[in-house]
Amino acid sequence: MTALLSRMSRIKTGPHGENLGLLAMLGLLVLLFSLASPRFLTGANLGSMGFQMPLLGLLTLAMLAPILSGGLNLAIVFTANICGLTLAWTIMQFGGAEAGIGAFILGCALALLVGALAGAAMGAVVAYVGAHPILVSLAMMIFLRGLGEFLTRGGDISGFPDYMRVLGHGSLIGIPVPLILFGLIALGWHVLLRRTPHGFSVYMTGSNMRAAEYAGLNAKRTLVLIYMLSGVLCAIAGILMAARFNSVRVGHGEAMLLITVLACFLGGIDPFGGHGRVAPVIIALVILQVLSSGLNLIGANQHLATAVWGLFLIAVMVLRSGRLRRLIDVFSGKDK
Amino acid sequence: MRDLLRPYKIELRLAVVLALICIALAVAAPQFATLPNLTSLLNNSAVNLIWAVGLLVVLIAGGIDISFAVASSVVQYIAAKLLISVGGGNWLLGFLFCGSLGILLGLLNAWLIHGFRIISIVVTIATFNAFFGLLMFFSGGRNIYDLPDWWTARIFIFEYENAQGIWSELTLSVAVMIGCVIATWALIQRSNIGRQLYAFGDNPEGARRAGVNIAVMQGVAFGWMGLMAGIAGLCQVNIVKEVVPNALYGRELEVLAAVVLGGARLGGGKGTILGCILGVMFVAITQNGLNLLGVSPFAFQMIIGAAILIAISTSNIDLSLRPRRKEARS
Amino acid sequence: MTPAPAEQFALRLHKVSKAFGGVQALNQVDFEVRAGEVHCLAGENGCGKSTLIKVVTGVHQPEQAGLIELFGEAVDRITPVQARQRGVSVIWQDLALFPHMSVAENIAFDDLVGLRPQSVRYREMVERSGEVLSRLGVTMDLAAPLNDLPIAQRQVVAIARALMNDARLIFMDEPTASLTQSETDRLLDIVRKLSAAGVAIVFVSHRLAEVLDIAERVTVVRDGNLVGVYPTEGMTQARLGELMTGHLIEHEVVARDLPDADVVFEAKGLSRQGEFADVSFDIRAGEVLGLTGLIGAGRTELAHVMMGLRPADTGEMRLEGASYRPGSIRDAIKRGLAYVSEDRLSLGLLQKQSIADNTVISILQKLTTATGLISDRDKAATVNHWIRELGVKIGSPEDAISTLSGGNQQKVVLAKWLATEPRLLILDSPTVGVDVGARAGIFRIVRTLAEEGLAILLISDEVTEVMYHSDRILHMADGRIRQTYDPRDITVPQLEERIYA
Repeated sequence: MTALLSRMSRIKTGPHGENLGLLAMLGLLVLLFSLASPRFLTGANLGSMGFQMPLLGLLTLAMLAPILSGGLNLAIVFTANICGLTLAWTIMQFGGAEAGIGAFILGCALALLVGALAGAAMGAVVAYVGAHPILVSLAMMIFLRGLGEFLTRGGDISGFPDYMRVLGHGSLIGIPVPLILFGLIALGWHVLLRRTPHGFSVYMTGSNMRAAEYAGLNAKRTLVLIYMLSGVLCAIAGILMAARFNSVRVGHGEAMLLITVLACFLGGIDPFGGHGRVAPVIIALVILQVLSSGLNLIGANQHLATAVWGLFLIAVMVLRSGRLRRLIDVFSGKDK
Repeated sequence: MRDLLRPYKIELRLAVVLALICIALAVAAPQFATLPNLTSLLNNSAVNLIWAVGLLVVLIAGGIDISFAVASSVVQYIAAKLLISVGGGNWLLGFLFCGSLGILLGLLNAWLIHGFRIISIVVTIATFNAFFGLLMFFSGGRNIYDLPDWWTARIFIFEYENAQGIWSELTLSVAVMIGCVIATWALIQRSNIGRQLYAFGDNPEGARRAGVNIAVMQGVAFGWMGLMAGIAGLCQVNIVKEVVPNALYGRELEVLAAVVLGGARLGGGKGTILGCILGVMFVAITQNGLNLLGVSPFAFQMIIGAAILIAISTSNIDLSLRPRRKEARS
Repeated sequence: MTPAPAEQFALRLHKVSKAFGGVQALNQVDFEVRAGEVHCLAGENGCGKSTLIKVVTGVHQPEQAGLIELFGEAVDRITPVQARQRGVSVIWQDLALFPHMSVAENIAFDDLVGLRPQSVRYREMVERSGEVLSRLGVTMDLAAPLNDLPIAQRQVVAIARALMNDARLIFMDEPTASLTQSETDRLLDIVRKLSAAGVAIVFVSHRLAEVLDIAERVTVVRDGNLVGVYPTEGMTQARLGELMTGHLIEHEVVARDLPDADVVFEAKGLSRQGEFADVSFDIRAGEVLGLTGLIGAGRTELAHVMMGLRPADTGEMRLEGASYRPGSIRDAIKRGLAYVSEDRLSLGLLQKQSIADNTVISILQKLTTATGLISDRDKAATVNHWIRELGVKIGSPEDAISTLSGGNQQKVVLAKWLATEPRLLILDSPTVGVDVGARAGIFRIVRTLAEEGLAILLISDEVTEVMYHSDRILHMADGRIRQTYDPRDITVPQLEERIYA
């Protein structure tokens, strides 16, 4: 056991090491759960995982980019809610369940616009005022939640056209549509961050904003843009949420906020910004989903899964810290 | 005079804004500046203030804590079960149980942070989920109503009936809150331990080289936060007269926003009790004022969020990202 | 020589070693400081000087075998607090002060350290810290937060803090690095006074002239090994440099005339309120123009205006004949200027990022293909080209830049800017934190670039640096250009005299 732990703690640096360590854990969990429950490795279970994961996944990607830029976006869930509300409101203007596809497209466009605006506003305050992103996004979160509650009076809006079900519940050649959507966006996010000048700028700004400016990068514009893109991703999550639940309510998915941060850290993102990749974060998301679905199958509820997520993050961080060895020595009395 | 106030720039600005709001409210809403309203304002802010001073200590030491509100819930639940099992207990036992349970949870955070060199936001987001998930799992989300009488009894430290027969009262929670504020002030402002906390938050490596015991500092900061979380949990039960496992979930971010608004620096080394109180009261008074002005309750949060956004956009809370003049002229 | 009695030594180290991971930072080093002596510890960056200080003051524990004696008493496993109680103080290179705390609290902070609860007596703190400052002949606002002070004053605060504990042995790690000459002179005066009062001082500095001026003896360390202990009497800078680096470094004036070269950059009557006034000069293609003067003379501010980091109030700049008014650093870079910042650690490089990313950060657009993506192949080719061209010693381009030595880091900074194919290169104190040995390498590159026709503005407060590497020298003082010199017509002492007058 000790040998295994110390080996795992050694797999901690480098992009591939990160992936390998997480993949090994994922494999172990899948093995455990498939032994514990015959229903784990069935199409039904995998399918339901495929429908559940994308929402958290999209929000996690929306959280990831600001963290890479040295900040945080605590407004993601309520940005998604407000965008969903924008879509719902547009559809209601065109007859609710009777609304045509044109109304849906218009609603999506407006939702994306609202998300972009909310994000850009945060980015602008972070970049140009120099206020701490935690505080800015927290204020934005409180504002958007209040705005949503004000507009909906705490109620929900439901009754969307049937074709929206395809987005939330449909499958294409056996693969859930939300999962396809998530896969495409994750790929786009990866390319954006790792291969484009803007992504490069995000990493540089995240590790030292002033040095990035001195090297000729437009760090402030980078920040505005990355928060804006984060907002756009929230809007997509909001649209997906509306399609999946067939209703929009402010507060939907609120519990996911801190889980997205947890997923980012699990995926090895540097909490101070500047380092981290999309791939390990996606593996981390799959691990979280496996944990929750697996625990669900053996009779636990979502609350226990939440607790296990937290404990799992602690376990992984302890392993990564490489200090377990010392701890074991202390307990076995080897330390002087 | 100007020199003396220099370290309190943010506090001063907030105090001015708050004073203006208070004056405006006193004019626009006649009920605002009445004793019954002001006392209920204090009663309603007591728990937030207890958390806030605890969080302030953690922020000064360069950390952050997301888990304190759910820690309060965990403490409430366990303490209720324990107290019922020892036959009811009393206030002294209540403080003892809640305080020590809170400290224990805080020390758990400190141990993970220091023992494994994991940064505090990662640890406390993990423990936030672990605490809450375990609490909901083991409690099944069920409330506890049959609490010992002493715990749910209303105790007033101040009562006054005005000519119209309206009572103004301050509850025990306010007394406890004042105690917590004074104790925290004594810790961070008047004791050498507190000054070492500031130093550690300001320049960890410099503090280490000066011989400051880092492990103890983390323990003190998060232990104190835990103690405050425990006491806040105890008081909150006294106010609502029941233990609801998920009642405090989500409160942590609002308290965090208020404390940082009050000038505590995310990153450590800066923050005062005065600013912390002003930050919490800024939010509380805005909400109270909107209520008195007859604004729809659904609009409160929106306006408060906008107010904080405007406050930070105009006040350059953190100047560290702006290019600084490196040298003065010789 | 008869061995001195033990109590005459403030400090003795015998065969002290310390390793970090696999790196032997100190290898069986002997070191001794007599009571009341000013002793210099010399060596290149990373030679083990700082480790030695940390081992003596209990920040690091040495390996078992060695022996440390403080004031004649053997010490084992000392803590920073115990070291202080025995009369050892350190002025750290990074000062290790607390920016958001008041001056008084910074000076008196060590009294607060410890786990025995005690109440803070602010009045006493202010009195005691004021007393120490007056002993230094300085008055200061004791209530001001430290980060409101200029760097030189923070240095004074650090000195005052060291004196607070009635220290009998003070380590000063690069105490003059950010001081102007007059401030340095004042510091050296203080050191002499302390020494006369019986306090032993261990002085660490890369300014060799200063070292030879102040110290009685010098201990040279190289790569964690003791090279030797020498009296400063009769020691020369060249000899000391040779001992530190292991090879001889020669200097000669290389200035030449460039009457036919085109004027690349021209400033006319450039002014900025409170920073500099009426600055006019020009730089020709292939010319290295030295700009020297005391810190605070407005040199860096002038460079910032040239780079568009802040606007000029009045005056005119011309670049290759055309009007030039940069609105941002990006404008300046686009027009062909490049700026090596004096603050490599926090502005010149992104310490967390890789060597490769630090090299290409300035030319992203060039590496971006029509698809909007960065070409990995072009990026690798660019990085490899510059690493070869400038002779940067690295493991892999993907390693973090912070793993490189100061000299190699500075070469990466140069690579970053040369990749933009600039017309004018501004070097602001390019050798800060660069080893004596590696400096020569940097200036070889600078000379080659000039010969290839690049115009270079070399800003430095080290007179020898501008003397031996420029074609022409501008002397700036109080925000104005005082005089232009030809290095062939003046000597280092003459120039120093005019600057420090």
